[in-house]
Amino acid sequence: MHFTINGARHEAEPDIRASLLDLLREHLGLTGTKKGCDHGQCGACTVLVNGRRINSCLTLAVMHQDDDILTIEGLGSADALHPLQAAFVKHDGFQCGYCTPGQICSAVGMLDEVAKGWPSHVSGSLSEIELTGEEISERMSGNLCRCSAYPNIVDAISEVARA
Amino acid sequence: MKTFEYAKADSPEAAVAAGGRFIAGGTNLLDLMKLQIETPERLVDISRLDLGDVEKRADGGLTIGALVPNSDLAADPRVIKGYPVLSRALLAGASGQLRNKATTGGNLLQRTRCPYFYDTAMACNKRAPGSGCAAIGGFNRMLAILGTSDQCIATHPSDMAVAMRALDAMIVTLKPDGDRRRIAMGDFYRLPGDTPQIETVIEPGELITHIELPPPPKGRQLYRKVRDRASYAFALVSVAGIVSVEDGKIASAALAFGGLGPMPWRNSAVEAALIGRAPSTDVFEAAADALLAGAKGHGANDFKIPLTRRTLIASLRDLTGDAA
Repeated sequence: MHFTINGARHEAEPDIRASLLDLLREHLGLTGTKKGCDHGQCGACTVLVNGRRINSCLTLAVMHQDDDILTIEGLGSADALHPLQAAFVKHDGFQCGYCTPGQICSAVGMLDEVAKGWPSHVSGSLSEIELTGEEISERMSGNLCRCSAYPNIVDAISEVARA
Repeated sequence: MKTFEYAKADSPEAAVAAGGRFIAGGTNLLDLMKLQIETPERLVDISRLDLGDVEKRADGGLTIGALVPNSDLAADPRVIKGYPVLSRALLAGASGQLRNKATTGGNLLQRTRCPYFYDTAMACNKRAPGSGCAAIGGFNRMLAILGTSDQCIATHPSDMAVAMRALDAMIVTLKPDGDRRRIAMGDFYRLPGDTPQIETVIEPGELITHIELPPPPKGRQLYRKVRDRASYAFALVSVAGIVSVEDGKIASAALAFGGLGPMPWRNSAVEAALIGRAPSTDVFEAAADALLAGAKGHGANDFKIPLTRRTLIASLRDLTGDAA
């Protein structure tokens, strides 16, 4: 099988049952993407596929050979942080850090959804969106943080959204 | 997970000819395969079929491809304008990541989240026919009060399907023999009876290709969902309502309910209690009486009966308030 991940082409021969998450972690050494629940409930495995955030644990690797996959490793590096990575550091948007790659990939996808004008459950109007803290919390509800750093996560995302 | 053969279909005709279990978004099927609740021998990947568009029809309605993701459907300007109940229902379900992957067709076919269906060590007639129902007498807080049998009290988990039931959507399918059929939402799901493992009228190998919505209905639309958390939780009860008021009287009403039964629930007696009457608490109470006439609690979910009554009445107040 062949994959395009963070702009680079990869070959791998995972079991047909391998999730996209297991392909990344177990076959390609891209361990920035985390396995939490492995059932789509926690969001730790969130990656961007063709620019859309999805749970990489709930999709088969074999189904993504023609897609552009972006993981936390492709967003930024220690020397050149993505603005959301920098904002999470500045606002202390974590304690243990395990959910953080998923939070950041999810926030990247979420901000793109807002830019496209997609409404959310808490949007008063379905056609005019204002990205309040309540909106961020609702839109990020697929990413759990056991350390409950939620207020700082919302602050970090708010700052990047306003920039 | 049990292993499987994998085939990729390049047309709906090839998909139905391939003779396997269809996978598109996979967000529910793979979850169940990991737990070996679903063990398909052959997966047919339909995710690249050309069924991903929403198109306006000459009659003013919409035809929705089965592969349109839930998030795209919720944000479609034509849905927002003509069918806000559908946008609201979609946005009340799952998480951003799941809505990005889950498809319109798959959403209709998702399985119950009954905890005993998910626990392979427990009896469940839906998962293992004939094994019994551990939910009856068990932890059944989330489970059904309408349409149940002594074999199964599971609920259908979808929010989207509840709105589609109120909207009188039609499901268009392709069968392996090449026949197409259109199935009304009201005919699509089956009551559990003695065969809770059979949930819809879909036949083996039959593929949902489209969902059709009639022209936008008159009146005000609402989706109200009550759940244990403010976000990312299944409904305890939900109401999809479309009500119009003319000359001070309710002229039309379509009401469907989630979290109450084995299918998106709709009962024409509820609507008959409203139509032609001036909105009032007494009229709303009568509609709730009609809805709950056959309701049966199972202990931990008894609270759903009064909760449903209050949720319906609150919804009807919103649907018929001042500006209606």
